[in-house]
Amino acid sequence: MKQVTLTIDGRSVTVPEDYTVLLAAKELNINIPTLCYLKDINQIGACRMCLVEIKGGRALQASCVLPVSEGMEVKTNTPVLRETRKTILELILSDHKRECTTCVRSNNCELQNLSSQFGVGDIYFKTRLSDAKIDDLSLSIVRDQSKCILCRRCVAVCHDVQGVGVIQATKRGFHTRIEPAFGMSLNEVSCINCGQCIQACPVGALKEKDDTEKVWEALANPEMHVVVQTAPAIRVALGEEFGMQAGSIVTGKMAGALRRLGFDKVFDTDFSADLTIMEEGTELIGRIKNGGKLPMITSCSSGWIKFLEFYYPDFIDNLSTCKSPQQMMGAVIKTYYAQKAGVDPSKIFSVSVMPCTAKKFECQRPEMNASGYQDVDVALTTRELAHMIKQAGINFVNLEDEAFDSPLGESTGAALIFGATGGTMEAALRTVAEVLTGKEAQSIEYQAVRGLEGIKEATVKIGDLEVKAAVAHGTGNARKLLDKIRAGEANYHFIEVMACSGGCATGGGQPIRTSTEKMTIDFRDVRGQALYKADTQFKQRKSHENPEIKKIYDDFLGAPNSHKSHELLHTNYHKRDLYPSNEDKC
Amino acid sequence: MGTSVCNCKSEKFKQLELIIAEHKDQPGSLIPVMHEAQELFGYLPLEVQTVIAEGLDVPLADVYGVATFYSKFTLQAKGQYQINVCLGTACYVKGAQLIIEKVADMLKIKVGETSQDGLFSLDATRCIGACGLAPVMTVNEKVYGQLTVDKVEKIMKEYLDTVGRDKNANA
Repeated sequence: MKQVTLTIDGRSVTVPEDYTVLLAAKELNINIPTLCYLKDINQIGACRMCLVEIKGGRALQASCVLPVSEGMEVKTNTPVLRETRKTILELILSDHKRECTTCVRSNNCELQNLSSQFGVGDIYFKTRLSDAKIDDLSLSIVRDQSKCILCRRCVAVCHDVQGVGVIQATKRGFHTRIEPAFGMSLNEVSCINCGQCIQACPVGALKEKDDTEKVWEALANPEMHVVVQTAPAIRVALGEEFGMQAGSIVTGKMAGALRRLGFDKVFDTDFSADLTIMEEGTELIGRIKNGGKLPMITSCSSGWIKFLEFYYPDFIDNLSTCKSPQQMMGAVIKTYYAQKAGVDPSKIFSVSVMPCTAKKFECQRPEMNASGYQDVDVALTTRELAHMIKQAGINFVNLEDEAFDSPLGESTGAALIFGATGGTMEAALRTVAEVLTGKEAQSIEYQAVRGLEGIKEATVKIGDLEVKAAVAHGTGNARKLLDKIRAGEANYHFIEVMACSGGCATGGGQPIRTSTEKMTIDFRDVRGQALYKADTQFKQRKSHENPEIKKIYDDFLGAPNSHKSHELLHTNYHKRDLYPSNEDKC
Repeated sequence: MGTSVCNCKSEKFKQLELIIAEHKDQPGSLIPVMHEAQELFGYLPLEVQTVIAEGLDVPLADVYGVATFYSKFTLQAKGQYQINVCLGTACYVKGAQLIIEKVADMLKIKVGETSQDGLFSLDATRCIGACGLAPVMTVNEKVYGQLTVDKVEKIMKEYLDTVGRDKNANA
């Protein structure tokens, strides 16, 4: 691409011609302040924080949407700009519920950062917060309009990345709001609970439904046997909440912290990820051999399940009947573990820690009670767990490593990579290849399904069979993939879909990073790489080699896809209406 | 209630399907379709917006966003009598705010609303170019100028009498 040279604050820089001034400044280590900008997702010049002066230009320009040009002379820090930015902040803050001390985003708020950076003091503008609403009816997501600054980052991610689009800017002028159609609640519209809007929000207008109090209560109740499971992606992100570098692997500290919080048993969702592979792999082999419905699509991602039920109900039979690892673990805890430990399942309080907000919805699906009780009582996000650890005064960073509890704590490298896009596919291929051929596989790393390409395709030769596989992450990409299949332009045996871009590593429940951090670090990559690195350090890297998995089949389940497995570990799905009932048109 | 859809409306929904089919593959078809739908139904209620969203494969939130952004679109059925009170500068200075409040008070509705019996709608408008008559109000095509609170009370009373609403004004 053609390069252009421009001057920013007196320093010359040469960048590709498709750069914006904002990106060019970044090359010179100049952070122009932004608020509505979110790299690759939202570049609309709405908030005006990133204004710059251009020599010869008539007015101040928004640098996030201003293309560079040859010889351009830019100033990013002048008295006029500082004053203007401060006024913009005052205007935004006049309309923002400033309860910072009690806000979930305190100390991690882009607006708070900027207002301290620019020394905003008294605010003279009148507020209009009176008609702002709080929507807390969703099981996953709470929206507080009184904190919304109308940046539209959530709208962009919901529409453009996820292909969902249940929130939009409505009304105009002072009455503008971000909300679903007709002011409905998120739980009345086709929201998939993925929580990517929370990840995009610069302030505290979007947050998860806080379930920590329920867990504290259970932990304080001597009658209850409180157990916890942690998803693969938690251990490569939790450290960030305690100031550790992105990609730090904190498995041992996490287990230690959970024990200190008072959990009676600390189990690993990685165990049930291995279990998922046994069930799903067997299901896939069965479908291929017996002419079952293909392509088979993974069912681990609860946001994805809801998406399909809303938008692609004609593919319901393609979904694997396997429950997600969270729910498999939940069912196994209140049956297999309860029996083994001699605990009355009605006295077990089962908590999961998930990188996900949709899991809060999933665990409350009415059919998720194979044990006779709600299988998972509460699903917490990574952020909620971090909050609990902080509340308990645990010095997380200095904790000694501890191990998970047996019998549901052993896992393999295959289970761990479930946390990255392509990981479930790769884990399945590792097992399916050996089961189908009966021989040990030469190479177990399937590079073609790794990485951050939106849709990845691979043809894997297993024995005489050429397995055609595809991986999509972000439901927007899944949409493209399924549309191709619907149109008959593509066909596969096996498809992995994760609702969130990057997979669980950057799920809606993971630590929230600022837009400035996201400009230079791709957290999908950093956290994903940590998972793949940790995979290589496992003795066992294939699910079927997990000794505790062999044991649960020998002692309890029988075989994969057995009657008992079907009862406990499999489920079914149902079509959901996209719109409120349209029958009564009169 | 699925089977009891009455013909008057389902006929309109059939027409709406035709409008959508006509525009479906054109870029930027949302606003033209919404215009024609509003002409057809008089307003854009949830069920109409839903059909548009489905038909054009656009999220319902987008349709609603556009419908609430442009003041020409309305989500409420308009009354038999459309009352517009001008709040342009000249009318405002001459006390139009008191006029509109009086009308709202008498009709027991807020500005922008339609009375439950479907008879009256009340809206505030920008300057209608009759500043010489300020403050001005229109009822359908009829213009009333140089209003006072007393005058408007009399005018509105006549309308209410005409429709026989005074009897069940509290209904």
